Amino acid sequence: MPVPPTHVLIISLLLFSVGMIGVLIRRNVIIILMSIELIMNAANLNLIAFSRQLNNLVGQVFGVFTIAVAAGEVAVGLAVVLALYRNRATVYVDEVQIMKG
Amino acid sequence: MLRLLWLIPLLPFMGFALNGLLGARVLPRRAVGLIACGTVLLSFLVSLGAVLSLGSLPETAEGLLIDHDARRVTQTLYTWMPLGEGADGRSIGVDWAYVLDPLSAVMLMVVTGVGFLIHVYSVGYMGHEPRPAYARFFSYLNLFMGMMLTLVLGASLPVVFVGWEGVGLCSYLLIGFYYDRMFDEKTGMSCADAGRKAFIVNRIGDMGFLLGMLLLFSLTGTMDIQGVLDQAGTLGPMVCTVAGLLLFVGACGKSAQIPLYVWLPDAMAGPTPVSALIHAATMVTAGVYVLCRMAPMYVLAPGALLVVAVVGAATALLAASMGLAQTDIKKVLAYSTVSQLGYMVLAVGVGAFSAAIFHLLTHAFFKALLFLGAGSVIHALSGEQDITKMGGLRSRLPWTHLTFLVATLAIAGIPPLAGFFSKDEILWKAFVRHPAFWVVGVAGAFMTAFYMTRLYILTFRGMERFGEEARHHLHESPPSMTVPLVALAVLSAVGGWVGIPAVISLGLPNVFEHWLAPVLPAAAAHETSGYAATAAHAAGPLEIGLMALSVGVALAGILLGWLLYEKRPELPERVAAGARGLYLLVYNKYFVDEIYGKVVLAPYYGLCRASAWLDRWVVDGAVNGAGYLTLGSSYTSRGFDEWIVDGLVNLTGNMVRGFSAALRVVQSGLVRSYATVMVLGIFILVSVYLLTMG
Amino acid sequence: MLAAVAVSSAVMVVLSRNAIHAAIYLVLSFLSMAGLYVILEAEFVAAVQVLVYAGGIMVLFLFVIMLVNLRDPSGSRVGLHGVLSGGVGLAVVALILSVYGRGSLPASSAEGSVLRQGGNLEAVGQAIFADYLLPFEIVSVLLLVAMIAAIVLARPIPKD
Repeated sequence: MPVPPTHVLIISLLLFSVGMIGVLIRRNVIIILMSIELIMNAANLNLIAFSRQLNNLVGQVFGVFTIAVAAGEVAVGLAVVLALYRNRATVYVDEVQIMKG
Repeated sequence: MLRLLWLIPLLPFMGFALNGLLGARVLPRRAVGLIACGTVLLSFLVSLGAVLSLGSLPETAEGLLIDHDARRVTQTLYTWMPLGEGADGRSIGVDWAYVLDPLSAVMLMVVTGVGFLIHVYSVGYMGHEPRPAYARFFSYLNLFMGMMLTLVLGASLPVVFVGWEGVGLCSYLLIGFYYDRMFDEKTGMSCADAGRKAFIVNRIGDMGFLLGMLLLFSLTGTMDIQGVLDQAGTLGPMVCTVAGLLLFVGACGKSAQIPLYVWLPDAMAGPTPVSALIHAATMVTAGVYVLCRMAPMYVLAPGALLVVAVVGAATALLAASMGLAQTDIKKVLAYSTVSQLGYMVLAVGVGAFSAAIFHLLTHAFFKALLFLGAGSVIHALSGEQDITKMGGLRSRLPWTHLTFLVATLAIAGIPPLAGFFSKDEILWKAFVRHPAFWVVGVAGAFMTAFYMTRLYILTFRGMERFGEEARHHLHESPPSMTVPLVALAVLSAVGGWVGIPAVISLGLPNVFEHWLAPVLPAAAAHETSGYAATAAHAAGPLEIGLMALSVGVALAGILLGWLLYEKRPELPERVAAGARGLYLLVYNKYFVDEIYGKVVLAPYYGLCRASAWLDRWVVDGAVNGAGYLTLGSSYTSRGFDEWIVDGLVNLTGNMVRGFSAALRVVQSGLVRSYATVMVLGIFILVSVYLLTMG
Repeated sequence: MLAAVAVSSAVMVVLSRNAIHAAIYLVLSFLSMAGLYVILEAEFVAAVQVLVYAGGIMVLFLFVIMLVNLRDPSGSRVGLHGVLSGGVGLAVVALILSVYGRGSLPASSAEGSVLRQGGNLEAVGQAIFADYLLPFEIVSVLLLVAMIAAIVLARPIPKD
């Protein structure tokens, strides 16, 4: 039975909002990165849903690409986290206030 | 020859330039002397030629203005001060012009002739001087000659004044010639001081001359002598008197009358030829010359003439008295000069202008001779000038002795030597004016005879009182010195014969007086009235009688001198001891110099000090005050700058800091807040979009 | 049902204190999402999701979590700041929801015809290599660059 697109969109919205709140609330940078992944996934879901809705393959193709990019981004982000950890011995965003002022 | 008038003053100037510039190092000694004497000789010859031409004037000549009646030749060289035109359209400028008339002719002959003889003498006298000083001496001497000739030949008062000042300058230069030596150990006066004294006292007289000259200029619109004299009649007696007195002040300075005579005795600091030339024969007579030049004006001012006569008489007497006790051979002669100048001034004062010039002439002869002879003595005694340390030189210095004797007799007024005729002329004319003048004159003559005899005896006769060292070098002077002495002696003897008065020469007119007649008024106005008229009527026998009397007085003076100094030499001591006070008074020249020092100089110095104080406190105070004021204002502006300007700048800075502090809050460095703000931003944007898309 | 799992596990990701727990929940979330993709007839994408996301990325995460050696977070978990941020997020959510009311979804076209040609994989493969070759290549370059960057950034600090 076809899933009504509205439902999917709401799901993706919920995921998106959860991810966004996570980014805003959490202090642990790794959790923040995970939240960002959630957001990306939500967007991906949207893409796929509309691809089906519009009967166009573009959405799926784009979705694959999105996943690939997300992978690269995670890699770089984690590398940054590592570098941050080495320099500051912390992963909590609040404690890194070098740019203050 | 008349056209070469301009050459007469110029030649000595050339000598001055040559010797002055090259004499010290380049020219050999002989050349210096040759140039100096040569230029004067040439001047003399040109003058001679010009004077002879005066005797037979041509009708007209190019470049010359010839006045046959006055026997005057004027040569205008160029316009010196073009001052435009006066109210009546005539030019009031001053030209550089020379005038030759009988009066200036006489002066020319005296100045160049005697001057030449003295130059020759100086070659011998200054022979030991090192070459730079030798050349300097002669260049100064030539400069003096040029200036004196300018004075004599000047056709207008400013030209005369140039010469007047010039001779004053040369007098200063020559008196202070030995600038590194002391003159009078007792008073601590150096030769330079003496020169300065002469110049300053002269300056006082020059003020009078200048004022008189300008007064005449303002009233007549011209400074040309002839021009002024022509208008003299229109000026009125008051003006003539004032101008005459002013010019007389100048004459007092130059011719050493009371009260401006004090420089002359101290002028003896200079070398002896200088004393002979300047202070006996020429410069000091400049005053008398100017008085006679302006005679037509003086005739119109009997009041002035009276003053002149009184001053002259007083000077004659006073100076003679001072000469009685002096011990320096040159000082005696100096006071004698002052006294004789007094006679000349007296002559002017009583209206006997030609007599004054006559005496000027004869005085030049025998006074120059006396000074040169004294120089010869000093030279022989290696510098000794104190007569108490002389004596017995008669046999040692024969030529000097003989010529000195001639001069002594001439000045005493013994006929038929020159001095007799000129002095007697003055005495006679003085008597005619007022017997009192004659009495003073005769008293002075007595003293003259006395002190000159004293001088002669103490120097040449009696025992030798000089030291061993002087004895070694004792020798008669070289011919360069003795020949001029002889020449002057001859002139002293016969020079007076040009002025033999009519009363003696049995009908022949007084040649000298006749020669000067076109220029000098022979008779003063007052002679036509009263007592003087009766005297003039009884001229003949009275004149001879007075003549005999004056000769007698002269002989008496000589006798007394001989008595006191030759026969009974111990007497002078007793007299001096007996009248100690009087003696000291006379010996110290009546303390005139000291009085001047206290009365005139001390207040003047006080004034100078006060001015200096004023300058230091007031002027410098003002200057410093201005400086402080500037400093204060600079402090104020600095404060202003610091407070206000810097305040503004700081305010701006603080404002920025405040703003930035306020804004900095945003930059927390917290990533989360950044993210929050970003989301917030998105929210706002989208809501705005939605609301507007409505 | 799957949706519920996906969402709830996502919530747990955000909420869990322990990072490892959060990672596990994230994996769970990914897997459930893959299931959703399958339902949406995007099998290829689902497969890729499982492979890359759940397999590669989460492993990376776990590695880093281990390396970082976490300790308990200090300070309050949710301060004023957190509330504010939460508020903002919720506001955005509301905003998006309001959009739903307005817009209308495009009508569904013929279902599945395109997506099923030759099986999903074949269809997607054809699409990539035919129409979207360039983006494909670019993505590969991007991955290369990302790799280099990661290596450079994570290099140990040279001791000298």
